[in-house]
Order: sequence, then structure tokens, then C-alpha cells
Amino acid sequence: MNALSIDTAARKAWMGLLARTAPARLAELMPDLPDHTVLRGPEVGAVMVCGRVGGTGQPFNLGEMTVTRCSVRLTSGAVGHAHVQGRDKAHALRAAVLDALLQTDDAATLEARILTPLRTAETAARSLRATKAAATKVEFFTLVRGEDK
Amino acid sequence: MYVAVKGGEKAIDAAHAWLAEERRGDTSVAELSVAQIRQQLALAVNRVMAEGSLYDPDLAALAIKQARGDLIEAIFLIRAYRTTLPRLGASTPLETAQMAITRRISATFKDLPGGQILGPTFDYTHRLLDFKLAAEGGVPPAPTAPASLDAVPHVTSLLNRDGLIQTEAEGNATPPDLTREPMEIPTTRPLRLQAITRGDEGFILSMAYSTQRGYGRTHAFVGELRIGTVAVEMEIPELGFSVEIGEVELTECETVNQFKGSKTEPPQFTRGYGLVFGQTERKAIAMSLVDRALRWKELGEDNTGAPAQDEEFVLMHADNIQATGFLEHIKLPHYVDFQAELELVRKLRREALAHGEAAE
Repeated sequence: MNALSIDTAARKAWMGLLARTAPARLAELMPDLPDHTVLRGPEVGAVMVCGRVGGTGQPFNLGEMTVTRCSVRLTSGAVGHAHVQGRDKAHALRAAVLDALLQTDDAATLEARILTPLRTAETAARSLRATKAAATKVEFFTLVRGEDK
Repeated sequence: MYVAVKGGEKAIDAAHAWLAEERRGDTSVAELSVAQIRQQLALAVNRVMAEGSLYDPDLAALAIKQARGDLIEAIFLIRAYRTTLPRLGASTPLETAQMAITRRISATFKDLPGGQILGPTFDYTHRLLDFKLAAEGGVPPAPTAPASLDAVPHVTSLLNRDGLIQTEAEGNATPPDLTREPMEIPTTRPLRLQAITRGDEGFILSMAYSTQRGYGRTHAFVGELRIGTVAVEMEIPELGFSVEIGEVELTECETVNQFKGSKTEPPQFTRGYGLVFGQTERKAIAMSLVDRALRWKELGEDNTGAPAQDEEFVLMHADNIQATGFLEHIKLPHYVDFQAELELVRKLRREALAHGEAAE
């Protein structure tokens, strides 16, 4: 991780966020797309998901998942890529355009207008699930038996 | 022998039209939506994803609707669909230790870091029919409690600190893929795990149960069972680094099994491993038992001739799509085969009767 520049780490983070987000929510936040040339796709395909034997050992093939990929170039020359979960081509296109835009001077505006709400919603959903799980955590207590008195 | 048979097109069209009508059912009852299946029959969706070997809840829900709830038929639809998809690549191996936990229990340690988290389980329900569900009504929100988003360690990593459990052989070799190369016996553990995780739940369950009843007993404890979501990451060649391409819900089971030790290994615990798409607890536990039973040779154990120790028997019969394909094909026209058998039986009978008369 240390070898990554800050920019790459940030880009990894937003690409992951855009891949996981609900397509409809992204479309709401980003209804219009700027001019762009599609370099590839959007193309629906499968990615083989690998696990590890015992969680830590040798890799094995668990099964595939659907993924849609897309690459675009903006008029500014910025190139964006996306690999998003599922089969929604509009989602992949939008994520690729946004990936390109986030490499331009508009990044700060888009960060605030699109990424922040998506991140907030994701964090809230994860926290809610974690708090529900926490409520099902077992608190053991020891029964005091007669002979212990 | 098979011969080309023509005819029956009209009958087939009419059969399919009736099928569509039967699938819809009584039109005075509201139609089931794919979203409803995905949301409210989530465990059926999970099973179809696991055995269809394709993680896509919307597609699995659609397949269940199309198959009228016949899950093997739905799995068949998913398997057929996945063959149409180009393979975009393979993920980096999942980090299940980083799982966002919804359920995590251990049958071997009461107090463990991260605690016992029951999650949305059927356990401790009384298995009495709940007639309230027959009426529509709201559900009160589930309680919440303060939570940490930190990952919780695997139970086996705790045992491993003292060297009490076998360490998994590390490696990063590209695993064999039975969807690309036909499975050949003998196999390796990675290939076995791929075959078992997509195998029929009922079959894997029965094989696991047979080991518990004594046919290849492995003395398994559930060291840990965890359910939750894990990020899927893939190297993107054009970027030169890996990115998250989504997340999947998984069930992971690690069993801790007795092992007396061998000439080369000291007495220690060994492991069985189960990892399955979705919330699929029964399958993951069964998978880990079957995985452990199939490791007898590697661990220098006796082959007792138990079915669950026979990898050819287990792996070649675990796939319900292969099984149903071969089973159901016998209902298709075999007129010529049968004609030949009929001729043969008639001839044998003629001969037998002639022989009988001659003897009298």
C-alpha cells in the first residue's frame, strides 16, 4: 500500500465506491453526462471470484459474479475506467465518466456533490447492519449453583 | 441410438403457452415481482447463486420466477446464462478475515474476541408455523446496539498461535477451474472446493451426514461459522493496480477436527473448510465436513471405504445440473433403442419357449 501515491489510493477508493453503489442512486446524483467518447463497452461479463483454502491457504475458484466494464475519454483528454458489480450498462458508463472527471479540476466539486453523499449513505447502511448484529451478540452469564454457596 | 424425429411443434408450442399460464397462476392473485423474490425469498436466491455458480441476486430471482420455484431448474437457467458471459478476469483471493459480520458463532470457544453474534438466524425459533405471516402486516424494527466496524479474527488463527492446528499451505498458484478444464481424478484440494461449493446442497448435506454417522468419521467441531459481506478486488491491467469491483455475501465455515498425528506430523487439530455464496449455512457446514473427509490420503488416515472418502464418488455426483441432465434425458424419445430391446426380448422368449417345448 505504501508504494501507492495518494492519488492512486484516492482513485482506488472512489472506483470501489462507484462499483458498489446502487445504480439508481448514482443516476439521481449525476443525471447528465458531459461529452465523451466511449473507448470500450459498456460490456457485461463475469469475474471469477477466488477464495483461499481455510481462508489463508492456496486460492480456489469459488464462483463467478457479473461485472460490467466501460472505458471513456472526455473532450479534455482524461480517460476513465469502471468495473461495476452487476449488469447495468448505464451504471458502468456513468462510473467511467465520473472516474475521468475526478481526475480533472472538477474533482473537488464532484467529490462534495456525488462521492460524499454516496459514502455517507454506504457508511450509514454498514453501521446500521453492524448495530443490528451487535444487538444479537450473546452476553453469557454464569448461573450460581447451590453447592457453590 | 438417437434418430432425428420431426413433428410435435404445435404440441410443444401449446405446452409452453400452458406453462406460461400455469406459471402466472390465478390472475386474480397479484403477480410476484422479481424484486419481491430477491427480497423475500433471499435464501432461495442464495442457493441458486451458490449452485448456479454466479453471484447476481437479480438474475437468480428472475430464474426462480421463470422456473416456478423449481430451484434446480433455476440453477440450470443460471448455469446456461453464465456460459454466455465473457470472462473479464479473476479476483484477487477474498479476505474473509475482513468480513463485515452479520453472524459469527463458534462451537469451540465460548468467549472469543469479537464475541458470538447470532445474526438473523432460524436457530432458537420453535419451528412452529407462524400464522401471523399469513396476514399482511408491518414488522417492528430489529433492536440495535453500539457496534465496532473492526474486523474480527478467525477462530482458527487463535488456535494456530499455539501450533495446535494445522497451518494451511500458503501459495498463490492460479487454481484449476472446472468450468474451463474437465475435472480429472485425482484432484487437488482447490479443485475439490470449487466442485463442492457449487454442488447440490442436498447431496453435500447427505455426504456430510454420512461422516457423522460413522462412514468416514472425522470428529468435527464448528470452530467458526461466519456470515457477512466481503469486498471483491481485481487487478485491472489498464490501471496497473487493483480496485474493488463489488462485494459479495458469503458463508464461511471452519471445522476443527481431531487428528492423532502421523509419522511426520505431531498430534494436532486439522481443518475442514466451507465457503459458499450467500447466507447458506447448512451448505457451508456440510462442505467443510466433506472437505475434511476427502483429505484422508493427505493426512495419512485410513481409507475405510466410506462414500465420503471416495473423491470420484463425491465429486462426480455432486453437480445437480449434470445429474438432472443425465437423469431426465431418459424421458426423451428412445424409440429405436427400445425397439431393439423389444426385438431382443421377443427373440429370447421365442427361444426359451421353444426350448421348453422340446424338453417336455
